[in-house]
Amino acid sequence: MSTSTADAVVPYDEVVAEFDPVLGLEVHVELGTNTKMFCGCPTEFGAEPNTQVCPVCLGLPGSMPAVNATAVESAIRIGLALNCKIATWCRFARKNYFYPDMPKNFQTSQYDEPICYDGYLDVDVETDEGMKTFRVGIERAHMEEDTGKTSHQGGATGRIHGADYSLVDYNRAGIPLIEIVTKTIEGTGKYAPEVARAYVTALREILRGLGVSDVKMEQGSLRCDANVSLRPSPDAKFGTRTETKNVNSLRSIERAVRYEMTRQAAVLRAGGTIIQETRHWHEDTGITTSGREKSDAEDYRYFPEPDLVPIAPDPAWVEKLRSELPENPAVYQARLQAAWGISDFDMMAVVRSGALDLVAETVALGADQAAARKWWVGELTRIANDRAVELTELPITPADVARVEALVGEGALNDKLARQVIEGVLAGEGSPDEVVAARGLAVVSDDGPLLEAIDAALAESPDVAEKIRSGKVAAAGAIVGAVMKATRGQADAGRVRELLLERLGVSE
Amino acid sequence: MTSELISLTAAETASKVASGEVSAVEVANAHLDRIGAVDERVHAFLYVDREGAIAAADAVDKARAAGEQLSPLAGVPLALKDVMTQKGIPTTCGSKILEGWRPPYDATVTARLKAAGVVILGKTNMDEFAMGSSTEHSAYGPTHNPWDLDRIPGGSGGGSAAAVAAFEAPLAIGTDTGGSIRQPAAVTGTVGVKPTYGAVSRYGLVALASSLDQAGPCSRTVLDAALLHSVIAGHDPMDSTSVTDPVPDVVGAALRADVKGLKIGIVRELGGEGYQAGVRQRFDEAVTILEGLGAEIVEVSCPHFPYALAAYYLILPSECSSNLAKFDGVRFGIRVGEGDGDPSIEQVMGRTRAAGFGDETIRRIMLGTYALSAGYYDAYYGQAQKVRTLIQRDFAAAFAQADVLISPTAPTTAFKLGEKLDDPLAMYLNDVATIPANLAGIPGMSLPVGLAPEDGLPVGLQIMAPALADDRLYNVGAALEAALLQTWGHPILQEAPSL
Repeated sequence: MSTSTADAVVPYDEVVAEFDPVLGLEVHVELGTNTKMFCGCPTEFGAEPNTQVCPVCLGLPGSMPAVNATAVESAIRIGLALNCKIATWCRFARKNYFYPDMPKNFQTSQYDEPICYDGYLDVDVETDEGMKTFRVGIERAHMEEDTGKTSHQGGATGRIHGADYSLVDYNRAGIPLIEIVTKTIEGTGKYAPEVARAYVTALREILRGLGVSDVKMEQGSLRCDANVSLRPSPDAKFGTRTETKNVNSLRSIERAVRYEMTRQAAVLRAGGTIIQETRHWHEDTGITTSGREKSDAEDYRYFPEPDLVPIAPDPAWVEKLRSELPENPAVYQARLQAAWGISDFDMMAVVRSGALDLVAETVALGADQAAARKWWVGELTRIANDRAVELTELPITPADVARVEALVGEGALNDKLARQVIEGVLAGEGSPDEVVAARGLAVVSDDGPLLEAIDAALAESPDVAEKIRSGKVAAAGAIVGAVMKATRGQADAGRVRELLLERLGVSE
Repeated sequence: MTSELISLTAAETASKVASGEVSAVEVANAHLDRIGAVDERVHAFLYVDREGAIAAADAVDKARAAGEQLSPLAGVPLALKDVMTQKGIPTTCGSKILEGWRPPYDATVTARLKAAGVVILGKTNMDEFAMGSSTEHSAYGPTHNPWDLDRIPGGSGGGSAAAVAAFEAPLAIGTDTGGSIRQPAAVTGTVGVKPTYGAVSRYGLVALASSLDQAGPCSRTVLDAALLHSVIAGHDPMDSTSVTDPVPDVVGAALRADVKGLKIGIVRELGGEGYQAGVRQRFDEAVTILEGLGAEIVEVSCPHFPYALAAYYLILPSECSSNLAKFDGVRFGIRVGEGDGDPSIEQVMGRTRAAGFGDETIRRIMLGTYALSAGYYDAYYGQAQKVRTLIQRDFAAAFAQADVLISPTAPTTAFKLGEKLDDPLAMYLNDVATIPANLAGIPGMSLPVGLAPEDGLPVGLQIMAPALADDRLYNVGAALEAALLQTWGHPILQEAPSL
């Protein structure tokens, strides 16, 4: 019912002419710890339902949580990387609400005493005036546990209403989460969708660099909720916001924010009011639909978790963690950009495609930066999009790409053959060298067979041969083409041309 | 033989088992027979694990035969309060909502008891989820006080105290959130100790109020309590609120039993008005005895104690409303109303909770839900936590003047079953002297100091010590106990009517 009718929308340029958007982004990151937040159960993704559970994460009577020290360390490192202050003393709190996938009917989280607070992240966005840096304030980053996963069986919508019954898998219950909440993001104007995307992209790069999470949006290890509101002008008070959930890719974040702005503008223009609610993003149709109403009156009855002692990180330990942080991705990017000598625009393309590390590794293995970018940002990104997977999930490594480029450099492959080798690697036919051998894809470098082919081609087209002899060198292309065709593309076109002109005794 | 075995102290039993004078199986059987003979009238037990008890006793006998070193309580029977999980054994917490639930794991306390060769006889009755002072709030019917079967055995751990008083077990485990070990001990003429908060792991103790709950020993002598205390206490990584400090030498302290030169403080606010005359009389006599033993008696004032009860009845319901949220019929226990119409999950949860919880439990859940609500939190929960801090300061000031503090444990002797059931406030007042120790996290002990002349029922005296100084309780308690025993000529429980 709720998915059937799309709401009215206002064209985007009219939205930004009439309204000023305000954003707030909440990102949940599943930490890649070996064990859960409060017990020793494993955290592997994809196990049989309810096989990674114990009395603690099932919330059985009498069980008690014990904090995973690695999760605390990850939280602090994330906070430090986001320029946050680290609390010298903080507590967990209980967020009380009833839901069947919540084993204790409260979530152990943090409330008014988060472990990390008051930070920022600078993100770059391409604007009409060139690249511009927006500073996104970080309100807080806090620790909490994930819930179980409910799947509603039967019924038409897959939602709880109308379902025949529901199944709950508690494997996910108790997986450590870090929730990172931005301050309100203002002053983005029409670039709000791009800033939202750039923020999550940059955040993901930081988290990846820290090695604290596998940050796979499609598997839910990084989830983003986007709060969007509109107001008539930057000095007006904030409008009512909606919270859009289920935004599972970088592209969707940008689209969801843009859509929500156009939808809200239509409501406001028509004299309506925005309802404060949760909305669901639909990747396929590119719209959001109303979820449950979420008023500020929703009362989670937070209070300090009495089963856990406060956390007071030793300042010396925090400083040690700070000193051991990996290079900030922005600094890292700037360094690579300078080394490669490429434009802001080209660099953005690399970052946006999520290929930065892959390109850098490929270059480190000896490939030319332009070639490495061509493969990863062009060809391979296109293939990944077609297959709807992350670039890193393609069955090809920087070493493979570097090897293909090396073969091109040696003259053993030309561009066309190189593509075929990449294709073979992606098809699981083995390493580049194995693909070359198996498919017989070597550039024909022996002049003998080439001369034979040239003679055959000249014999086929004596008129063309005559033209070339008479000095119309431009006509050589036809013969070269015929030779290339005869050798199924394996010849080096440059060499064919050389041999041809030599054969006919003409020079360029 | 049987009656001799059941009247032994835990220390005596352990020593006879260790020497081979009696077998642990004989001891277990003697107690199981006693349970069979009297528990129909006392109703201390909700579940008797005859097979498990005999098997555990047999293992002790075999270990002894194999020449293994036995731990100090090996072969001693014990009754376990039904709020503590024991793998495979029904655990109800005195509630309908957990009917039929068999936990898949042992509480840390249970595991330590088993490892020490203690023979667990069964699970004892209690007020539902440990809420009450009379055991009348059990969904399975009340426990009766062995001194007078028409009277309450105290609560919430009335089953554990009654089992010990009725010689069904020499030892029991209780839990104390506001007095649930000490008040039942007082009204049944037994010894009960609430250790320092965090001294004994709460892992596997079904939580009532997490910041107040503490498990501890119930026994007939101070030394027996000390022996049990040293088995169950000690840090547990599964309970991050458990203390890492070494367990004080409580057994040594009980054996020392010397109060000479010790400063003992009488808390002015715990006594006087509202306390039964016979309770005051026996308390005053005990003070005189302590003075005679060489202790220096001082009077101390704890001016914020009058606010303790009110603060407690905000903190406890708040935590309890959250702790009891997990009882929803989804994963364990009963499920109610699933087939009635086409109910939503929320409706099934609601029906299960409405049918599974008793009135007192529902009352406290509603109180706590209200107290934690947005807009009320600061006025109620927040304010109560401030009172808690003030009470801790009162104790700190008092312990600057005295090594231990004493008071009557409960304002009255055991009252009649049903007498206060419809008057929650009157019921709550039973814990007025025991609650401050829970709010401050300090240890407290109750031991019998005689019978009130007006009703011939036991009177308890409470000793309180600074956090982590549990050994002081045992030292003072054992000294007073020895002196009283000399006065009486026999243990006080010998004066209880035979069942």
